Amino acid sequence: MTGFWGRFARNRQAVLGLGILAVVGLIAATAHLFFPEDPFSLAGRSMSPPGANGFLLGSDSLGRDVAAGIAHGAKTSLLIGLVATIVAVCIGVIMGALAGYYGGWIDDVLMRTTEMFQTIPSFIFAILLVAIMKPSIESIIIAIAVVSWPAVARLVRGEFLSLRNREFVQACHTVGMSDVRIMLGEILPNCLSPIIVIGSLMVATAILIESGLAFLGLGDPNIMSWGFQIGAGRTLLRSAWWVCTFPGIAILLTVLAINLVGEGLNDALNPRLRERS
Amino acid sequence: MTQSQNPLLDICNLHVALPAGSQREFAVQDASIRLHKNEILCVVGESGSGKSLTARAVMGLLPKPHVRVAKGQILFGGDDLAKVSDVRMREIRGSEISMIFQEPMTALNPVMTIGRQIDEVFRFHRAMVARDRREKAIQLLDDVQLPDPRRIMDAHPHELSGGQRQRAMIAMALALDPRILIADEPTTALDVTTQAQILKLIKDLQSSHNTGVLFITHDFGVVADIADKVVVMQGGQVVETGTADEILNRPQHSYTRALIDAVPSLSPRAPRARSDEVVLKVDHLDKVYGGGRAFFGLGREARKVHAVNDVSFELRRGETLGIVGESGSGKSTVARCIVRLIDAESGTILLENTDLRPLGRAALRPWRAKIQMVFQDPFASLNPRRKVGTIIAQGMRLMGRPAEEAESRTRELLDIVGLDERAFDRFPHEFSGGQRQRIGIARALALDPEVLVADEPVSALDVSIQAQILHLLDEIRERMTLSMVFITHDLRVAAQVCDRLAVMRHGKVVEAGSTGEIFANPRHEYTRELLGAVPGKHWDPRQAALSA
Repeated sequence: MTGFWGRFARNRQAVLGLGILAVVGLIAATAHLFFPEDPFSLAGRSMSPPGANGFLLGSDSLGRDVAAGIAHGAKTSLLIGLVATIVAVCIGVIMGALAGYYGGWIDDVLMRTTEMFQTIPSFIFAILLVAIMKPSIESIIIAIAVVSWPAVARLVRGEFLSLRNREFVQACHTVGMSDVRIMLGEILPNCLSPIIVIGSLMVATAILIESGLAFLGLGDPNIMSWGFQIGAGRTLLRSAWWVCTFPGIAILLTVLAINLVGEGLNDALNPRLRERS
Repeated sequence: MTQSQNPLLDICNLHVALPAGSQREFAVQDASIRLHKNEILCVVGESGSGKSLTARAVMGLLPKPHVRVAKGQILFGGDDLAKVSDVRMREIRGSEISMIFQEPMTALNPVMTIGRQIDEVFRFHRAMVARDRREKAIQLLDDVQLPDPRRIMDAHPHELSGGQRQRAMIAMALALDPRILIADEPTTALDVTTQAQILKLIKDLQSSHNTGVLFITHDFGVVADIADKVVVMQGGQVVETGTADEILNRPQHSYTRALIDAVPSLSPRAPRARSDEVVLKVDHLDKVYGGGRAFFGLGREARKVHAVNDVSFELRRGETLGIVGESGSGKSTVARCIVRLIDAESGTILLENTDLRPLGRAALRPWRAKIQMVFQDPFASLNPRRKVGTIIAQGMRLMGRPAEEAESRTRELLDIVGLDERAFDRFPHEFSGGQRQRIGIARALALDPEVLVADEPVSALDVSIQAQILHLLDEIRERMTLSMVFITHDLRVAAQVCDRLAVMRHGKVVEAGSTGEIFANPRHEYTRELLGAVPGKHWDPRQAALSA
């Protein structure tokens, strides 16, 4: 894997992104050590500016610690981003693989279904799903996964379509290999690179959707999140700018970092771009 | 063609440097080539010999800045093309030196009509009014013998056949009556009958325009047909230069001799005794592509193509049956129907008195081992993510053989196909094309098949490697008494490998018989046409090898 790391490290932006992401991950992992209290608890004077009254990043209108909220929110964002993406990639790979490999009416049915999902604006669809299912962390993950999988399905279908007629796949047919083994053992490993790239970028989108939902008050009411913090502080933007600003920066940095890493992965894994330098 | 005359193009000690970290420092090293007026100079070599880069260096088309001219001169008129400014180079390109490429489909712009593309050449280089330009373009298309030039003017590239596209390319290249035409493998992508026509066209136009032609090719047959002078390249260096007669019939350098020796002869080899035991019998096989409808059967009906039309043949034990034909003749479809990669509509495929055609996947499984296939493209036929040992052993494991047995058999097979045992733990990308083809053959042999179907197994390989693989297939056939169905477009290869031939055209077998009979006395008109179009048919490489 040294070759892969070498290619990845050649892209400085990607390394920077990975660094930021590592910091966010560290904050999320150590949130309960530095801020053992519930981030919803009232920790002191309300509306304290950053640095005053023992609040590193200030407090909001109810006296909740903004820094504690960001640390605990990082956990929420990363968790939802990762789990939703994994679910979406699994659905997308299965749908795309079946459609691309078998073609014919299976392809017709699966792809028309995919298109149906794609015609609905994804954020509005996510709002609708969460509103129907009652806001909770599970319903948010389901909603994000449901709006994200069609892109994966289309990508995987294209890869399977081009790989299924390659001679090495036909050679597997001639020794009587089963379809499932051909799909999982022969074709899938050859299209992992684009799946990893699109997956990494989807984590960023998932975090944005989650923040958007929480901002609109559709987040899980028992879990602190960046979107919720911004939503709670937006009425105070002029008198207490810090309540919205710091969670906003956290979202910006995390999404940017993931996008940089995704780009870096794309450069390192996509052989057609490798020559470009 | 007097030698005292100044050369049109004088390439002196040309070095083309490759980026740091490549296999070798120079792609072209110390190459000196002289092209005179009114001569066709063929640059011959195998892949990686630097022949194409030499041509590109002349046109200033090297993929800069990674690949560049490091040393040497390319003298043309008063200019050194290695140092000339971009502005001057653009003037020269197209008007004084022009180039035609291997694949006319990618060299032509797919969204522009042929007429507009020719028109552009005039607009960039000459001040002419639109009507004159159009008249001139039609005249050009007529010169390259395209039928109905007025219609072709308004056609897009995809509406023309491969040969017509190449003619259009030639028309564009000759539009401004250049002094030099560079042709980079211009007929490699074409069928043999079309190739013969294009070669004749190039030769005719060259002599009527007194052009100097720098012709890049890997095919000694083509050289024998058109070359006045020949330059042989190996690994970036010029190893031998001479007239066509000298190089073809009295080669001096050992590499040239080896190359010519590897060219299969057109005279069929001695017939062998034919066994009485029929291994595979194919009767009235039919396959139609298309005819389905997209979108749940509601879409437009796809165009129907009768790819295999009533094909019958039988294959006896130990025999090699060649199926020859041009692209689109259905020969590969027949191969894929026999190994059941494609389901034929009707007919029978009898192997040991069992009809394989109607069998379902489960019922077919025990029979799979008996018919195995060797594929054309050594780069696409091996899974890049699996080790060679796994690729070869896969079939045996699927058939339920224990792992140790499969492994020891795999090592044995690697030895049989002439590969080192260490190949077992390597990935396919660590091997060359010829070695990969050996791996593909080992995989096909792993299940001890009765019948081996080889679909153009050597057409993606260089001629010296091709000879080795053909030799290997021969050896294996003797050793394992295999019966082989050998698909090829190359009649030279067919003459050396096949005991019997079936000539296919438009999905039908037009003629079948023993190889010697068909070569000596072709009955069908199409067979005669095919045989007549083989490049270099009047030149026998064996003769050259003997005299050397």
